[in-house]
Amino acid sequence: MTAPSPPPKASGGHSEAHRSEDPPVTDGEAPETTEPVYGFPAGLWRALERRRPPGVSLLQRWRSPLRGPWLTSIFGSALLIGLPVVILTGLLSYIAYGPQFGQAIPGDVGWLTLPTFDWPSRPSWLYRLFQGVHVGLGLIIIPLVLAKLWSVIPRLFAWPPLRSIAQLLERLSLLLLVGGILFEIATGVLNIQYDYIFGFSFYTAHYYGAWVFIAGFVTHVTIKLPRMITGLRSRSFRTMLRTSRADTQPEPPDPDGLVAANPAPPTVSRRGALALVGAGSLFVAVLTAGQTIGGFTRGAALLLPRGRSRGSGPNDFQVNRTAAAAAIAPAETGSDWRLTLHGPAGQLLLDRATLEAMPQHTAELPIACVEGWSTTETWSGVRLRDLAALAGIPDPARATVWSLERFGAFNHAVLQANQVGNPDSLLALRVNGVDLSPDHGYPARIIVPALPGVHNTKWVRSIEFGQR
Amino acid sequence: MRALITRFTAFYGSNPLHLLATIASFALAGYVVLVMGAPTLWNREVWWQSILVWFLAAVIGHDLVLFPLYALADRSLTAALAAMGGRRVASPPRVSPLNYLRVPAIGTGLSFLLFFPGIIQQGKFTYLAATGQTQQPFLGRWLLLVATLWGLSALAYAARLAVAGRGSGPTTETDIDADGNAASTEP
Repeated sequence: MTAPSPPPKASGGHSEAHRSEDPPVTDGEAPETTEPVYGFPAGLWRALERRRPPGVSLLQRWRSPLRGPWLTSIFGSALLIGLPVVILTGLLSYIAYGPQFGQAIPGDVGWLTLPTFDWPSRPSWLYRLFQGVHVGLGLIIIPLVLAKLWSVIPRLFAWPPLRSIAQLLERLSLLLLVGGILFEIATGVLNIQYDYIFGFSFYTAHYYGAWVFIAGFVTHVTIKLPRMITGLRSRSFRTMLRTSRADTQPEPPDPDGLVAANPAPPTVSRRGALALVGAGSLFVAVLTAGQTIGGFTRGAALLLPRGRSRGSGPNDFQVNRTAAAAAIAPAETGSDWRLTLHGPAGQLLLDRATLEAMPQHTAELPIACVEGWSTTETWSGVRLRDLAALAGIPDPARATVWSLERFGAFNHAVLQANQVGNPDSLLALRVNGVDLSPDHGYPARIIVPALPGVHNTKWVRSIEFGQR
Repeated sequence: MRALITRFTAFYGSNPLHLLATIASFALAGYVVLVMGAPTLWNREVWWQSILVWFLAAVIGHDLVLFPLYALADRSLTAALAAMGGRRVASPPRVSPLNYLRVPAIGTGLSFLLFFPGIIQQGKFTYLAATGQTQQPFLGRWLLLVATLWGLSALAYAARLAVAGRGSGPTTETDIDADGNAASTEP
């Protein structure tokens, strides 16, 4: 709801001298005039301008001497670099969930997806990196988003609100942009903290919300890019970094009305404002990065669920869904537990001793969650491809893994051929040299490189290998 | 051709690319809504747990809720400092405390805005099911973080006052006029 670009207009008290020094930005073809320009139907827009609501002039007493096209363009260009990364890593996460097996959520999205491909299982840190960047950068840009919204807010209360059909459409498209980004931020921030107060499916809402935001974002960039470039060129960044508060002057009047007509004396310089926003982003980065990087940095994520230590034992790393929450009864995982392998030769039942007697492989692999956190541990167990060979399909097209868990949405997962075939893909029995704990999936769990964490099925009951 | 574009621009209010881009965005958003379907958008049982409601709340969330709140807070702060500066106190501060109050306030607000679910223990049961832990430590941690922010700012302000004081004399450059008389930065 902020900042549509009007056709150039005259702004009462601004001197012509200022104008000749700094030619205002115009929208391509529209000529600069001293009279307001109205599109069709001009009578309607003029009538609207005359019907000025009584309080509106109060709402236009913007005082900050910092607002203006240059500052907005700086914020805009930083977002233009950051947001595409967040968008792309988000859309790739959808692919990582395996839409070809119907495991991406929401399921049927029509054309609203990148071209689907088999998610790679190398390098093992791929999903950790992408999802860590998606969540981390998504949080880090929040101060920038707020600063950008602050910088353009005079446009929201401009009167008349509209002078042309173009402005009407642009204001409507800003609903998609602003609603889209704040919706994505709100749902994402709540989801990484397991706060589901919104009631609807996070995956569904965050995915469709992303496409609404993409619609608004691409349009906004298309319309505003020339204006942003002009804004950036209107003054030198280096000069701004050398300008103290005492020397800080308002930007020249602009056609968008971002510059205050009657600015207050500056209480902070432009470099100070940029430093403040940058410090806000750095502050968020310090409070976030540890959940992905781990090690000694984990503790710095002191307000996030995954910044917490669980102790120093071999099984004391981050748990996603406890055995209690998954309703795994101890009796099910005791000596009666059997792993069922399904293959062309029929069923094969293996107890844990048999699995332990098979060749064991050890791999140091990260487990990375959609919430952006990850942890790297040393897993040992039986290679999935050895189990496939045992089931009679040495080169399976896919494997469907089922958990003992009865009800959860992620009580099963389908693995691609490359994920089964990767030599580091395991049915893990042990972690860091000891048996898995119940919360980490005892008696056996899947661990596959670069797979979204929740597809590394715990408390495995059966694996069905599919033919090509 | 050029004349045609000029006429179009005068009629529409911007160049043709503007029209193409906005219509494309509405069509894409319309397709998203179509694929989602009404049952996904709207929750019949609990209206406020609807995606549509949350989206509309997001549209106004900053501009009509958050912005008025922080603008009012900032305006109150600057007005209060101006009022204090107007009074003839025995030894007026040589450096305005304005930004030394703003920065920790922003840090406090930002950290709460991002991490409030843990701080106020919202979503207890899903948190416990996911992690096997409770949210008990977060309020204390946040309070310590806030204490650190304000404490560091106080130290920085004290250091700044000391530096300004060492310069000595009434001729020293002081900021109180600029800030104290800056009645407001927002409407």
